[in-house]
Amino acid sequence: MPRREDIRSVLVIGSGPIVIGQAAEFDYSGTQACRVLKAEGLRVVLVNSNPATIMTDPEMADATYVEPITPGTVEKIIAKERPDALLPTLGGQTALNTAIALFESGVLERYGVELIGADVDAIQAGENRERFKEVVAKVAREQGLNAESARSVICHTMDEVLAGARELGYPVVVRPSFTMGGAGSGFAHTEDDLRRIAGAGLDASPTSEVLLEESILGWKEYELEVMRDRNDNVVIVCSIENLDPMGVHTGDSITVAPAMTLTDREYQNMRDVAIAVIREVGVDTGGCNIQFAVHPGTGRMIVIEMNPRVSRSSALASKATGFPIAKIAARLAVGYTLDEIPNDITRVTPASFEPTLDYVVVKVPRFAFEKFPGADGTLTTHMKSVGEAMAIGRNFTEALQKALRSLEQKGSSFSWAGAVGDKAEWLKRAAEPHDGRVRAVQRAMWAGATVQEAYEATRIDPWFLDQIAGLNEIAAEIRTAEDALTRDKILTAKRHGFSDAQIAELRGLSEDVVREVRHALGVRPVYLTVDTCAAEFEAKTPYLYSAYDEETEVPPGEKPKVIILGSGPNRIGQGVEFDYSCVHASFTLAEAGYETVMVNCNPETVSTDYDTSDRLYFEPLTLEDVLEVVHAEQRSGDVAGVIVQLGGQTPLGLSQKLKDAGVPIVGTSPESIHLAEERGAFGRVLHRAGLTAPKHGTATSYEEAREIAAEIGYPVLVRPSYVLGGRGMEIVYDDATLESYMTKATEASPEHPVLVDRFLDEAIEIDVDALYDGEELYLGGVMEHIEEAGIHSGDSACALPPITLGHDDLHRIREATEALAKGIGVRGLMNVQFALSAGVLYVLEANPRASRTVPFVSKATAVPLAKAAARVMMGATIGALRAEGLLPPSGDGGALPLDAPIAVKEAVLPFDRFRNAKGQGVDTVLGPEMRSTGEVMGIDEVFGTAYAKSQQAAYGSLPTAGRLFVSVANRDKRHMIFPVKRLADLGFEILATEGTAEVLRRNGVRAKIVRKHSDGPGEDGEPTIVRRVLDGEVDLIVNTPFGSPGQSGPRLDGYEIRTAAVLRGVPCVTTVQGLAAAVQGIEAVAGGQVGVRSLQEHAERLSGAHGVLGQG
Amino acid sequence: MTQPPAVLVLEDGRTFQGVAYGAEGETFGEMVFNTGMTGYQETLTDPSYARQIVAMTAPHIGNTGVNDEDPESSRIQVAGYVVREPARVASNWRATGSLGSALRAQGVVGIAITGTRALTRHLRDRGAMRAGIFSGDAAQAPVDELLKRVQESPQMAGAALAEEVATQEPYVVPAIGEKRFTVAAVDLGIKGMTPHRMAERGIEVHVLPATVTADDILALGPDGVFFSNGPGDPGTADHQVAALRGVLDAGRPFFGICFGNQIFGRALGLGTYKLRFGHRGVNQPVQDVRTGKVEISAHNHGFAVDAPKGGPFDTPYGRAEVSHVNLNDGCVEGLRLLDRPAFSVQYHPEAAAGPHDASGLFDQFVQIMEAGK
Repeated sequence: MPRREDIRSVLVIGSGPIVIGQAAEFDYSGTQACRVLKAEGLRVVLVNSNPATIMTDPEMADATYVEPITPGTVEKIIAKERPDALLPTLGGQTALNTAIALFESGVLERYGVELIGADVDAIQAGENRERFKEVVAKVAREQGLNAESARSVICHTMDEVLAGARELGYPVVVRPSFTMGGAGSGFAHTEDDLRRIAGAGLDASPTSEVLLEESILGWKEYELEVMRDRNDNVVIVCSIENLDPMGVHTGDSITVAPAMTLTDREYQNMRDVAIAVIREVGVDTGGCNIQFAVHPGTGRMIVIEMNPRVSRSSALASKATGFPIAKIAARLAVGYTLDEIPNDITRVTPASFEPTLDYVVVKVPRFAFEKFPGADGTLTTHMKSVGEAMAIGRNFTEALQKALRSLEQKGSSFSWAGAVGDKAEWLKRAAEPHDGRVRAVQRAMWAGATVQEAYEATRIDPWFLDQIAGLNEIAAEIRTAEDALTRDKILTAKRHGFSDAQIAELRGLSEDVVREVRHALGVRPVYLTVDTCAAEFEAKTPYLYSAYDEETEVPPGEKPKVIILGSGPNRIGQGVEFDYSCVHASFTLAEAGYETVMVNCNPETVSTDYDTSDRLYFEPLTLEDVLEVVHAEQRSGDVAGVIVQLGGQTPLGLSQKLKDAGVPIVGTSPESIHLAEERGAFGRVLHRAGLTAPKHGTATSYEEAREIAAEIGYPVLVRPSYVLGGRGMEIVYDDATLESYMTKATEASPEHPVLVDRFLDEAIEIDVDALYDGEELYLGGVMEHIEEAGIHSGDSACALPPITLGHDDLHRIREATEALAKGIGVRGLMNVQFALSAGVLYVLEANPRASRTVPFVSKATAVPLAKAAARVMMGATIGALRAEGLLPPSGDGGALPLDAPIAVKEAVLPFDRFRNAKGQGVDTVLGPEMRSTGEVMGIDEVFGTAYAKSQQAAYGSLPTAGRLFVSVANRDKRHMIFPVKRLADLGFEILATEGTAEVLRRNGVRAKIVRKHSDGPGEDGEPTIVRRVLDGEVDLIVNTPFGSPGQSGPRLDGYEIRTAAVLRGVPCVTTVQGLAAAVQGIEAVAGGQVGVRSLQEHAERLSGAHGVLGQG
Repeated sequence: MTQPPAVLVLEDGRTFQGVAYGAEGETFGEMVFNTGMTGYQETLTDPSYARQIVAMTAPHIGNTGVNDEDPESSRIQVAGYVVREPARVASNWRATGSLGSALRAQGVVGIAITGTRALTRHLRDRGAMRAGIFSGDAAQAPVDELLKRVQESPQMAGAALAEEVATQEPYVVPAIGEKRFTVAAVDLGIKGMTPHRMAERGIEVHVLPATVTADDILALGPDGVFFSNGPGDPGTADHQVAALRGVLDAGRPFFGICFGNQIFGRALGLGTYKLRFGHRGVNQPVQDVRTGKVEISAHNHGFAVDAPKGGPFDTPYGRAEVSHVNLNDGCVEGLRLLDRPAFSVQYHPEAAAGPHDASGLFDQFVQIMEAGK
């Protein structure tokens, strides 16, 4: 059946900001969908509040709305655009929930919009656990299949929860309905656990519904990715087996494709059940995944759940197999059947087949517990990882070891160094699921545990354990072999994924020496193709992975090639924004006549879509792996350059070593990068340019640090050198805290000292992204932070164009930026952070690379900065790019017209994901350490509306009436009077703690005093503020922190208030600047008429008025 | 646990060094590859693999060991086995032993090599060819000598093997539950799952030797006649073609699988030919030309029927049509008579190993027998 002719325009809903459980994979799937639908000649309307996505690039859709994904806003877009159809299955749970809300409220019917690719009834049958259980029971009964559901009880109140647990027995699993990434779920071993977990779960579920389930902890866990078309053709794209047995969220598990420990009978039963279930549920077209648990001793199989949409696993499955699920789902949604769609990779066979793999894929999660001190690192059914890495190998061990080193975390790879340790101790560590468990398993066996012992401790399948034991055997062989490193020994180790660094560690050599020996022995990887068919047909798409195998499949290149190094697994501080820049470089360099080669290991991203670049190497971004890719590419043609500037710190950190190895780095040279990153050198650059930095020094001990602090004065900002995302950064007000910081900074050394900077109180922080070609500067955008300096720029909201800076300030910023670019020797992008304090412009730092804000700036100003940067790196001048239209003919992002729209970027923080060991929330105060996982953009004509949109997109709507609670530090009291008064005038009832209330009353604001948490309830049971927040009596909270972290008293009071706010989902403003912005936002919303406008319309206005539109 | 060295020698001179897996010694056969990711035990015991050395494209083999339930015949049938990563432990609750020891116990010579993908690409580009595996002492001889012996080994084209692997004596697989039909199943290398799938549908299956005549078959008074899969070149199966013609002349409902499809084709006057490298795997898309529906199906065939695909064509038994085609290469995957109750498919609806999408074909067989009653 060909494409439906009755659909001419389609609305696609994206997934919004990157949060834990819903990340870049939806940019990948949404981008694929938009491209496919456009290629089909359909008008594509897109809504997504996340600017750091490829899908929101103006050329991906006909009308791109960077607007909050709420039913209200999407209704406005529907009213304006009048699409024929809505495709809700590619934007995660956010898109699906929004679409269901629009369906249920009758909006879709009113505007004649057809839901395609999903059917509301099917979605509900899939997501409503009770109905899903019936589906499973029915197919098992009617088709005689071996399938059942875990015994369970649905509960809506705590009483029902307690009764349910008595029936099932402990431990029980708690799963709230309709939440993402398993939010609010967990295992309850006791009634106390249960009250806590289920209480939060009832709150988290939009339908106040939780499910209690019999425990299937320790069972084997599997997942199938299924696609169905409207002709009822069904294919299984991929089977995935979790190395971690049941009990750990799939997103936090190490997973393996294809399934490794199923016989054909068991696999076919699983397949039959999956197909029967999706038919019964009624998923008409598209992809879905379905999860199973299998009892290791009996084979009893339980169907856990299904997702009737594209998911994180489908992105993984697409990358693992070469079968692009989202792309095909989009085609199916508009009427095609699987047999009508060609397999992209073979081009001669159809998509109606099941990929077969002659390799093994391993995905490992990446965590960020170090960002949330006190957060409990135990892995549960509640997803906590912030990113993932995938690797492909010709066997499991090769893939596993490649995946572990792809994490780029110290200690992420297996190690055999140090004392062997106590077997029992290691087994105990391995028994508890946590980040690094697989290494504890390996160490336990290294310390003498048998496969059986390791199995009893972990319930990891013995086959996997034996594979890991095999690695220990090889390690022992390498370490003790008398005949040193023979070709055979190295080859064996390499075939099982050992890195040069691991071999070096085992032999007590340096990595370079091992590499030289290996090369001298002619041991090098070959590159094989991900071809969907185990080589049965020829692959036309160079999607490659390394293996120490027989023959290489790298095709010869004809055009000069540019290798772009990606950014690796997402982590806090280095996320999808960097992938965005890499993808843009690839697109533009392909247009400029280069053959583009992408290297990355993050399966969630657009960069690892085989459609993005001419060649894709799915490889770890370590020096060894990158050198081998460069070598292979040099052998197959001319490598014009390697780009390290766009993928964040990961490739940047490799630049000098790559250059030393003779790799042609283009753009800013490694030496220039060093000038910006090394304190002393950077100081000299500043000095020559006549620029000022806050007073600073470097210290390797507390004594040194104290001396510096005494000289420059408290408060000081302390941090380790050479980091991204502000790791380990703190603002310190006194000697005692400084001493404790320096004691913790154990890695401080002369090579890596701690930086001690004067902290500028009450400064305006400014972020600048700029392009420099050696002659001319193009100011991409100047962003004014809403929070004052001291909040990490990644966590701070900001406005572009700046809302309070004058011409003179902008002029100074431009001159300073240019002087820095020149002094450092930038060729391409540079990000500078300034602070403006008492009229002095300070340079906080300069980074000669693409920054986190590049996509935001590009969207806000309609200029493709990353594309221009890639061209500049390859030698184009800004003048030439202006002439060819990639950059505006005149002017730049530092000189936007007065009527330019205002874009506000807001960070999204994952505090609701983490609990400490006692189950309490973690503090939500912002600081110099970056903790946000993603961002949204609000764009409108005036700041207030743009800010309101950003808040709505990030956290839900700002209240326009109700009860406001205020409690601020003394230093903030003067600044809060006016905004609070304004809110009182707007009709808010004001509650405040005593000190704050006094100040407000003296200024004529009627504020009611409430009890602090530390006061406890009053004599007549008057509740504390925390209780009132928990009881839902407060609509907006303003609480600025004071006191030192970890102390009792005011700081703890604030902590309790803020965590209560997170629990209840009450907006909580923690800075006075944020309060002022919130007031403007509330006024805008209260004034009504918040409209929607597409990026294309904004761009047209910009270009219409001033002729400064850049082109995509 | 180091294994003795072994070498795989292809008739065009390409060699792959590796280590012994299973029994040590030497073996010869037609070199083919199988792309299934599950079901190695079913594959190894499938009689259609007689005289073939099977290479698995899936790297890890033996992970779930072997058990007593999954074999498709009483023994391992392949002539030799090529894998990349043999499992060191068998992990499955049904496992009764390891694959390596099963291969050794049955004297099946195998080899573990790194380059299974290179081997597959080689076969894909150059076609199936003869090969030999030599391990232990046998691997000591110079490669030239080994190559010469491979080149002297018998070709698959022209090989009549069905009679070698089929049962010598008739036997009966009783219907499960109430008996509704009697089927005479001619064993050309039948897999255990095939009579089981029929028995599940109330069919009593009389499995007959490959040498039976039409008279022998009809003497049973069956409601339907079935010709199974099997090894070898269908061009050699003159005896079976004659037997099938007798069945068709008698107007008995007929169903054939794989080799049975090729014999049906020949009985209708069509030719057969050898595919370059064949279809061996469990992910092949086959389309029903009437409904347009696609089944993901299990395949194991090196030969195919040459039939006109445009629409009905005439045969000595009236009009016939190609009922199924393979969407990967357009190969004929099924035939059906339009005026008589007879059809066949080139692939494996009994699966084992493989998906169950095509199991409805057994119901179709039941329907034509019902109609004939």
